[in-house]
Amino acid sequence: MNIIKCVQKVCAILMAASRPINWWMFILGIFIFPIGSNAQELVLPKDSIITINLDEVILISARKTLDYHHQPKPLSTLDEYLESSKKVDMVKRGAYAWEPTLNNMFSERLSVTIDGMRIFGACTDKMDPVTSYVDVSNLSQAHIASGQQGTEHGNTIGGAINLELDRGNFKETGLYGGVETGFESNNQMSVVGAELNYSNSNFYVDTDIIYRKAENYFAGGDEEVEFSQFEKYNFSANGGYKIAEDQALTASLIYDEARDVGYPALTMDVSLARAIIASVGFEQDALCGSLSNWKSKLYFNKVTHVMDDTKRPDVPIHMDMPGWSNTYGFYSQAVLQAKKHQFLFKVDGYYNISLAEMTMYPNDPDELPMFMLTWPDVRTANGGVYAEDELDLNGSFLKIATRMTVQNQNVADEFGLNSLRIFYPEMEKSKTRFLKSISGQWHKMWMPWHFNAGLSYGDRAPSVTEGYGFYLFNSFDNHDYIGDPGLATEKSMEANTKISWEKSKLKLSAEANFFHIADYIIGEIDPSLSVMTIGAEGVKIYKNLEYANLLNSSLDIEYAILPELKWSGLISYHRGTDNNGINIPFISPFSYRSGLQFDNRSFSVALRLTGAGKQMNYNPEFGEDQTQAYTVCSLTFGKTFKFNNDSMYVKFGVENIFDENYSTYTDWKNIPRMGRNFFLTLSYSIN
Amino acid sequence: MKTINFFLIIFIAVIGLSSCSSDGDDSSKIEENPMDGYNLLTNIEANGHSLELYSEGRTGFTTGYNEIFIRIKNNADNNYYAHPEITWMPVMHMMGMNHSCPISELSISDGYNTVAKGYIVFQMPGNADEFWDITFTYKVGGQEFSVTETIDVTAPSNGKQTVATFMGSDDVRYVLAMVEPTYPEVAVNDIRAQLFKMESMVNFTLVEDYTVTLDPRMPGMGNHSSPNNEDLTFDAASKSYKGKLSLTMTGYWKLNLKLLNSTGEVLKGEDVTEENDASSLYFELEL
Repeated sequence: MNIIKCVQKVCAILMAASRPINWWMFILGIFIFPIGSNAQELVLPKDSIITINLDEVILISARKTLDYHHQPKPLSTLDEYLESSKKVDMVKRGAYAWEPTLNNMFSERLSVTIDGMRIFGACTDKMDPVTSYVDVSNLSQAHIASGQQGTEHGNTIGGAINLELDRGNFKETGLYGGVETGFESNNQMSVVGAELNYSNSNFYVDTDIIYRKAENYFAGGDEEVEFSQFEKYNFSANGGYKIAEDQALTASLIYDEARDVGYPALTMDVSLARAIIASVGFEQDALCGSLSNWKSKLYFNKVTHVMDDTKRPDVPIHMDMPGWSNTYGFYSQAVLQAKKHQFLFKVDGYYNISLAEMTMYPNDPDELPMFMLTWPDVRTANGGVYAEDELDLNGSFLKIATRMTVQNQNVADEFGLNSLRIFYPEMEKSKTRFLKSISGQWHKMWMPWHFNAGLSYGDRAPSVTEGYGFYLFNSFDNHDYIGDPGLATEKSMEANTKISWEKSKLKLSAEANFFHIADYIIGEIDPSLSVMTIGAEGVKIYKNLEYANLLNSSLDIEYAILPELKWSGLISYHRGTDNNGINIPFISPFSYRSGLQFDNRSFSVALRLTGAGKQMNYNPEFGEDQTQAYTVCSLTFGKTFKFNNDSMYVKFGVENIFDENYSTYTDWKNIPRMGRNFFLTLSYSIN
Repeated sequence: MKTINFFLIIFIAVIGLSSCSSDGDDSSKIEENPMDGYNLLTNIEANGHSLELYSEGRTGFTTGYNEIFIRIKNNADNNYYAHPEITWMPVMHMMGMNHSCPISELSISDGYNTVAKGYIVFQMPGNADEFWDITFTYKVGGQEFSVTETIDVTAPSNGKQTVATFMGSDDVRYVLAMVEPTYPEVAVNDIRAQLFKMESMVNFTLVEDYTVTLDPRMPGMGNHSSPNNEDLTFDAASKSYKGKLSLTMTGYWKLNLKLLNSTGEVLKGEDVTEENDASSLYFELEL
């Protein structure tokens, strides 16, 4: 019953809020209208079932040399890869560790996983999103799922990003390796990496190592952005061994360490960010007769993050802010194939320990240091079941998915509990929440038309920061934030639709999703509270808003002028308001990108243009100001050389050709983005 | 079942033991030392007796509120007198004058009939030329004795102010002393204070039904304050002022105070504002 109500509500709100989106409705209408009259039905082959989801896959690994041509910049950071997604925007606090947002929602509303493993950053100021603890050398692809379609690995509102590790997978490829190096002129970043892999039908092992070092970068007009340097290295190994024809053991290890990372938009830098990510797995082809593809994994990860302000001039008070986040988890999943059904069942669970502290050293050396727990050793225990079914409905496909989760959060540290009880005297030490998600996604084809539509409901528990954060300073809106352990779960009712038209040369698609998020969690000023951080304007407490509405829409075009020459274009529009019609912060203005790409398998050229309109809807209460319009261009060339069996791939390019000084709506405190930058990467692979 | 039985036995044993020790007979108990875990501040030998002064936690007399436990030993048989009747009078010998300070009566403590308990509020420490002494007059075994002993009163080692002596706007001299928290924590602490009116140089009386407003601040953190503090109001049962003190972090805190009389008139202290970063009436603490 509730779900029906929710659906009704979503529809009603869609209608009510449609004034700004009438234009899009109109376009959608044009597309939808002719369907009934002259469309033909078509049954898709089985392997194209993935199109039910409006997912996006970003290829990262270049196991095949050919893939290089599709990568605009092979040795760029993972952040740059993710930024190339149509739905992902990256929040920048510096040159390193950008925070991904999906559908204009941040980390706490997303499920970000590495091969299905839950991992949580250890920084209270979001200086270490999960994506900063892996490198492109570890990964084969990033799987981006929007909204409730991303609940396979955990509860989410905005969607999921699952980073899939690159592995040999018992392919008969034998021993092969490669070395790669890259250089960027703007921030003098040098990258060196190497990989050595072996794979046969019984055994595989993949190893890789990568090192990056960058100095300060320069924004357009030769403006040096101080404290934007970074240095990091990453090592990973993973392997598999077949213990029987249908059984395999797998293991993986990633060690990632960054040092001396500058955050020009923040008041502190990072002296150490380290993660150890490890797992063992067991895979079996069949289980109990009818189940197949049984995969189980046990994992743990340990993240250490140490902030540092010793290099900054004029700090009002020197402080240490270390944080730790350890996660232990498992999952087990299996597939069930029936006539017209394909089920996936999954059980998973994790236990996370988040602890962060702050010690401030008074200017008067006779006074004792000031200490507080900013994350009071919060223990999160989470267990859930997930099930999905992909149904073949003779000419259309329906995917239904659901997740049920129990989550308990417990404040393990007495000191931290007493600190929070200053604000919440009645607060319980432990809190349990039930989380649920249900979604339906439908795909219908009348060649060349495709129509996708989905409706879903899902909720999420507050993050550690939202529930238990203690005087966490947000430099963007210049406020201290305090969590509320009694927050209600945030509930999202979501509708999405996509309509596309595909012929051999031309692909056109229009896509929109709408989120009605009840009990939207956001910081609200409490004027009675006194700031902790010197220079802060006020204190905000996380609260549940009655609701917020979010709309994301885009129009995507791809046209093959010649078989080797493609043109693509994308425009998108986003809008987010709360129950009083007030703008939600960090909502993208009208944005666009366009690219012209030539690729004849040995040589490639690409010209890209990205930009955004002036930001019309922003919220000064959250530190936002109007972001100006911008357009930047980049040009890249790629060439493959063959030497006997080996091959070398060279890519050269220039980004921000006209050295524009600009910043986007996601740039923390308007720090300008990189100015003109030449890059060169060389990859040599030995087969 | 086994564990339940085990706990039951322990429970019964504890009840049994605790009921033994609360028997109210007059005989002294030397087999159990009631001052175990307390610090001996001084031992005054006089009249064939030892007057032992103890503190819970402190190792000496310091300015501010001092809770003191006294018992009197008969040196002849090493037994402690039950129900000693003791009065005391501390005196500060200054260069030009003498004065006393606020004291409580000494009353027999709840658990042990050999121990008398009371407090003294020293407004100032002694120094090379000025010193404190205490005259004890006590009655044991039906006989009255007296002894005067010089004591060493020091400022607290961290130099923090826990007592304020001031002239109110009503031209009355007051002494305000912080009693609790002895061990402040990052939490909501109980705060307790005592207010005295100086009737004469040697006579201080408890003041009732006034209010002490509380505004804790961290001068080292741009005068950061904490929420959910409660002003101190008079509690008739404990004859002291009680309130709530929130401390959001460790470090140095200045508790800015204002003293209001029963009609709400401000007798001393100012609000902390942008222009005025501290009140003239305050306590300090560090944790």
